[in-house]
Amino acid sequence: MSATPQDLKYSKSHEWVRLEPDGSVTVGITDHAQALLGDLVFVETPESGSPVEAGQACATVESVKAASDVYAPVSGEVIAVNEDLADSPERVNESPFAEGWLFRVQPSDSGEIDGLMDADAYAAMVASES
Amino acid sequence: MNLKMTPLHAAHERAGARLVDFAGWEMPLHYGSQLEEHKAVRTDAGMFDVSHMRVVDVRGSDAGSFLRHLLANDVAKLQTPGRALYSCMLNTEGGVLDDLIVYFRGEGDYRMVVNAATADDDEAHMRTLSSTRAVTITPRTELALIAVQGPEAVARTLPLLPEGLRAAAGLKPFHAVWDDAWMVARTGYTGEDGFEIMLPADLADGFWEGLRAAGVRPVGLGARDTLRLEAGMNLYGTDMDATTTPLVSNLGWTVAWEPSDRDFVGRAALERQRAAGAPEKLVGLVLHERGVLRGGTRIVTAAGEGVVTSGSFSPTLGVSVALARIPSASTEEVLTAELRGKALPVRVVKPVFVRHGRSKIS
Repeated sequence: MSATPQDLKYSKSHEWVRLEPDGSVTVGITDHAQALLGDLVFVETPESGSPVEAGQACATVESVKAASDVYAPVSGEVIAVNEDLADSPERVNESPFAEGWLFRVQPSDSGEIDGLMDADAYAAMVASES
Repeated sequence: MNLKMTPLHAAHERAGARLVDFAGWEMPLHYGSQLEEHKAVRTDAGMFDVSHMRVVDVRGSDAGSFLRHLLANDVAKLQTPGRALYSCMLNTEGGVLDDLIVYFRGEGDYRMVVNAATADDDEAHMRTLSSTRAVTITPRTELALIAVQGPEAVARTLPLLPEGLRAAAGLKPFHAVWDDAWMVARTGYTGEDGFEIMLPADLADGFWEGLRAAGVRPVGLGARDTLRLEAGMNLYGTDMDATTTPLVSNLGWTVAWEPSDRDFVGRAALERQRAAGAPEKLVGLVLHERGVLRGGTRIVTAAGEGVVTSGSFSPTLGVSVALARIPSASTEEVLTAELRGKALPVRVVKPVFVRHGRSKIS
């Protein structure tokens, strides 16, 4: 069974979001998502400073099995990306909720975060899909 | 539909395998990390449950002449018992019905190993073609099949073999030894040294656990695919099938044209294609940019379009490699792959990417 940390918010497309003290959000893919993908071999993150729109593809995670788009859970501006993933994509598999984070966004509308699922709702969705 | 299980199913569950449907069998995709499993085979030793493949014995006074008709390669090349041969089995149009290994065990005694997905059709085809000959066709579904592969595979396996089969130590590639119950062949599908071992199903679990205790890592179908692709070995149903001939599948070397009067199924069609010139060829591709070539990726050449038949990330090389079928007239060294909306340059290479742990692409 995959882990689903209680302090995060989740999207239907298997991204997680953590609200940081400064109002920005950190985004990654869930443990469930990385397990489905298998070993990652490439991660393509958005450019720092680029705008992202909620629901739009803004990153790519590619595993030995398949390439998969990562969708921005909220709109805003990318303020940081996880540079380590270029050389160590396996961080996402090993530590999806911590060292394997993908990028950080300064949201343009903090209300979008409230529209995401909490851990229980996400866990229920995953359970219903399997 | 109920999936079939091999005699090692319980062993896979114990090892924490992620099990998937493969050709109607519930088989391990990986046991945690496909990349780690791949690396184990390239640098140490790994083992695969390939019991879903079918062992078929072909026996009788006409067995040799029947196989010389059935197969595009010529079993007459197998002069001494224990020798093995890779061959395609063709339809009358020269399309590949299956690829297989056939072992010569003695006069009128051959053993074939065929793919799981095609096994039923193969058997039916063989029964039809042999109906008027003194040949018996016996599927040996009571046997398990384990491949142990990697630079340390032979050393780790030998002490676990039955006493009488330790002669396996001296086996050359594509040779086999056997006793009443077991058969050990120096063959494989990874580009590394190793054995493929047939043994009674009820002994499979114990043998598997013995190998594990000796440090041989269980490896799933995921790594089996990346290993065989790096080795430049075709996968049936992906790189060739009933609609493609050996000549457009980089398998021309497996067709025995001599003696010219040997009448094998598909010969006339193949000869016509050879005379006219095969319209396509299967080549190797390397993508040096970030991204992964996948089956179905479109390839653009000056002579027309081609397509990736199998592609993946190469764990050994750290880049993506692929087999692709392209127009024979293409002579460029660099082609264009259309990958997720981007046009990326791919280098054409001989389709052998890794052998014995080393890169074969310069």
